[in-house]
Amino acid sequence: MINIIIGILSTIGAFAIFFASLGILRMPDFYLRLSVTVKAATLGVGLLLFCAAIIFPDISVSTKALAITFFLIITSPIAAHMIGRAAYFTGTPLWKGTIVDQLAGMYDKETHELKNDAEPPAEEPEEQIAKTEDETD
Amino acid sequence: MTLETYFDYFILPILTISVILVFIRLIKGPKVVDRVIALDLIITIGIGIITIFTIRSNQIVLLDVAIMLALIAFLGTVAFSFYIEKREDD
Repeated sequence: MINIIIGILSTIGAFAIFFASLGILRMPDFYLRLSVTVKAATLGVGLLLFCAAIIFPDISVSTKALAITFFLIITSPIAAHMIGRAAYFTGTPLWKGTIVDQLAGMYDKETHELKNDAEPPAEEPEEQIAKTEDETD
Repeated sequence: MTLETYFDYFILPILTISVILVFIRLIKGPKVVDRVIALDLIITIGIGIITIFTIRSNQIVLLDVAIMLALIAFLGTVAFSFYIEKREDD
């Protein structure tokens, strides 16, 4: 019985990781790839660690598995936010099919701060949407 | 089919194929940021592989390596994004 539960959990975990890697290969631009990476891979690794915590009857293994899962859940959104912000500043283009780039013109290029007011900037901001598929793939 | 053969012949090959697919993106990636997240994902999948290997070899000490890798992956991504953002100012 416990073997069946472990088999099901590890299968879901392995497939979540597999879909994350498929997504990072096939998604059309950087920001979509980033959204795939963080969520699915964290779920998959968390499930695999949960399997290890069930299999070993030792309390230290459970603690370590819980610590790793907790740490991944805490840190991966921070890392994803920072790398996404750096990517937008360095001019990584959005996918060709993107309809609107709402961040266009909202960042202060000098101080790297996000403007808080709702009024749009005076001149028409330049959106970072790619012209062709090849730019982002 | 025991759980051991299931881990050996199903879970580990899936994880290996995932690492290979991410490695293609690491080589291909048109910008530096694509490569950074590909590296981050490779280390995260590596934590999963270490976990399965811990189960198969009954060496629970190996989980300490997974803790260290989780720390280093986070710090690496944060450092990369910090310096990529700095480089743009020059």
